[in-house]
Amino acid sequence: MSEDNVLVMEHISKAFPGVQALSDVRLTVRRGSVHALMGENGAGKSTLMKVLIGMYIPEEGEITFLGKKVKIENTQQALRMGISMIHQELSPEPYMTVAENIFLGREPLGRFGLIDKKKMIANTRALLERLEIDIDPNTVMRSLSVANTQMVEIAKAISYDSSLIIMDEPTSAITEREVAHLFRIIRTLKEKGVAIIYITHKMDEVFQIADDITVFRDGRHIATVPAAETDRNSLIAMMVGRELTNLFPKEDAPIGEVVLAVQGLTRTGIVENVSFELRRGEILGLAGLMGAGRTEVIEGVFGIKPIDAGEITVKGKRVQIKSPRDAIRHGMALLTEDRKLTGIMGVLSVRDNMMIASLSSYSKGGFLNKRIINETCAREKTRLELKTPSMDQVIRLLSGGNQQKVLVSRWLLTVPDILILDEPTRGIDVGAKSEIHRLMSKLAQEGKAIIMISSELPEILGMSDRVLVMHEGRVGGIFDRKDATQETIMRAATGHDELMAV
Amino acid sequence: MALKATGETRDKNQRWERLNAFLGKYGIVLILLAMILAFSLLSEGFFTARNLFNIVRQISFMGLIAIGVTMVIITGGIDLGSGSVLALAAVMATSLAQLQDSATLKYPGLIVPVFVPIVVALSIGAITGLINGSLISKFKIPPFIATLGMMTVARGFALIYSNKPLSQLTPEYNFIGQGAILGVPFPVIILIVVAVAVHIMLNNTPFGRYIYALGGNEQAARISGVNIDRVKIGVYTLAGLLSGLAGLVVSSRVGSGQPGQGVGIELDAIAAAVIGGTSLSGGIGTIWGTIVGALIIGVLDNGLILLNVDQYWITIVKGTIIVVAVIIDQRKNR
Repeated sequence: MSEDNVLVMEHISKAFPGVQALSDVRLTVRRGSVHALMGENGAGKSTLMKVLIGMYIPEEGEITFLGKKVKIENTQQALRMGISMIHQELSPEPYMTVAENIFLGREPLGRFGLIDKKKMIANTRALLERLEIDIDPNTVMRSLSVANTQMVEIAKAISYDSSLIIMDEPTSAITEREVAHLFRIIRTLKEKGVAIIYITHKMDEVFQIADDITVFRDGRHIATVPAAETDRNSLIAMMVGRELTNLFPKEDAPIGEVVLAVQGLTRTGIVENVSFELRRGEILGLAGLMGAGRTEVIEGVFGIKPIDAGEITVKGKRVQIKSPRDAIRHGMALLTEDRKLTGIMGVLSVRDNMMIASLSSYSKGGFLNKRIINETCAREKTRLELKTPSMDQVIRLLSGGNQQKVLVSRWLLTVPDILILDEPTRGIDVGAKSEIHRLMSKLAQEGKAIIMISSELPEILGMSDRVLVMHEGRVGGIFDRKDATQETIMRAATGHDELMAV
Repeated sequence: MALKATGETRDKNQRWERLNAFLGKYGIVLILLAMILAFSLLSEGFFTARNLFNIVRQISFMGLIAIGVTMVIITGGIDLGSGSVLALAAVMATSLAQLQDSATLKYPGLIVPVFVPIVVALSIGAITGLINGSLISKFKIPPFIATLGMMTVARGFALIYSNKPLSQLTPEYNFIGQGAILGVPFPVIILIVVAVAVHIMLNNTPFGRYIYALGGNEQAARISGVNIDRVKIGVYTLAGLLSGLAGLVVSSRVGSGQPGQGVGIELDAIAAAVIGGTSLSGGIGTIWGTIVGALIIGVLDNGLILLNVDQYWITIVKGTIIVVAVIIDQRKNR
């Protein structure tokens, strides 16, 4: 172990209920270097960084920082030691000024223990000038653009004079001009001996700025290589090179006529010109990295968010979809990504949660037909092997997998032609997962058309007849089952394949 | 041996859980019965048919408003304007039901059948509710603010309409608040009919379930195809209608419509709903719970007065009970 290393992390393991997020991971960062961390969504990059800044306490592992063995228990301690982080999700105090944000929690104090505002503003001005960031310290954060907010966060992380700065996707919200600016700042920091851990999905950036690259996959350390000695293809291979299992059996189903056609769907600044077709009996996988716009496309199709341009055709008829009600009327159903936020109604009963989307078809003369409702619930319970003490049970008290089954049931009761499933198996156990996969196959065989969004490549490859890959709000490529491999999808998702696919 | 021991603890735990579930559901009824028992022992005049009817009649106006506000709270909203709307409905209705020799006659020479003031009171209530609902759903104003505005505006209109009590009303009008059928006071009959109707609506119609869905998770309800705006407007309109009805009942009960009527009644109504188990975070609440909550407030008021407790102390006791009820509710929903 040389004196040259700022940071050595060894044998780090961290588990969450149901997931081993990190197993026996290591990471070594040299002084004055930029070390890129790469890997798919959920590979463990962010978890490892949260361990490093004390947000998570690992079950096992050792951290050596600046030659000393350390235990990091909270973020303040990490900051004091000289580790600061730019988080992926920006979280400024919107109603405070730039200066107040940068010095939050460590405001310079003057007489009587009051905040010395003059000094705070002067320090901020000096910092921003040094970094050549043209923002007035007195600006209120919420009036800044997203890009400028990001630049303030960057300045804040640097202002701690840390020996190690973690940057988690720092360029996801800024334009090329600011990226170049950021890279200039990074080079200056390097010269001063500051080390940077740089997390990104963007291949271009990695080869521009990184000295070393470490690849993670499924919570494991796969390889650490000097950037000069590798290339895109070998990186992609390292990121996805996992054995395909037979967990995902899409059985053959007769593919019928087109039921949904989307043409030129655009939500300005979010989704650009997305077109695709969906047929009866087909499962269309929607793949892409986080923030590529998969969910955003679906929000437009289902009428959750307004679209700025584009045509939607259902069963050959041009339709206007202005709200989820319209979408449901045209035979669509949407199982949302965030079960808690947009799926379950936590304090209501299993029955209410199951029936909510189809109540009007279970009422006569304005009154609910309770007998038929109860029969329907009982039937659904058996069919989906739902584990609940009664239909009056508050849904919040069921396991994630059982909640998901209730929601699946909610949508099947609307008798849809088009089922859209956004991350249908995220956060549920393996048993419930394969049950949901089996159900999807069966529904396809019954002639339903299915769109499945998933961040898990094996799930995409196992279940889809065709795969649509999103990249930065656009279609990065559409692949038939026979052409879809982890490598082709990953290439399209990282924008490496754009020309070929179009 | 060890097995048997764990079996026993499991039985014990199950018994505890069942007891907890029972108390969670019916504890509020037990509290009401305990209070009735206590006051019956402490005061001779309490447990008589006359006094008990009296209590129910006293809570009937507040109970009507509490039923409306329960629906509103289940959607995750609030209605602070009910007391003022009650007053506005009361002065407008009574101005159309005065005797021609009334000292404060507003429209000399105008004689209309009794259904006119009734329709006016109900309409004015419904219109204010429609305005609340539209502001909340279409302009995305928080319910607290929209109905706070209505509280001030409706009171202002009531005072502009008549700054003095409008009294000496027709006997037909007075029957609403003072009459009885088969010995049961008419306001009590109105309260029971409304409570039963709203209970059935909440449990047996799609609209009723949408009200719960809205409070349970508005986003999820929208994605499930519920017409969020229509449900909100409907609920606030119904709540307004019931405030108008309460204005009708209260003015005919006291024989005059006054612009200062119903000040603070919305807070008693919210308290009744909360004591009855309605959750201010939405999605949870029952009409029978609210009625029991209103009865608890009524029994408390009546019993303490019979015991000659100072009026100021009564308000302190009421306030304490509301806070304790919410603490219990929070523990239950944890």
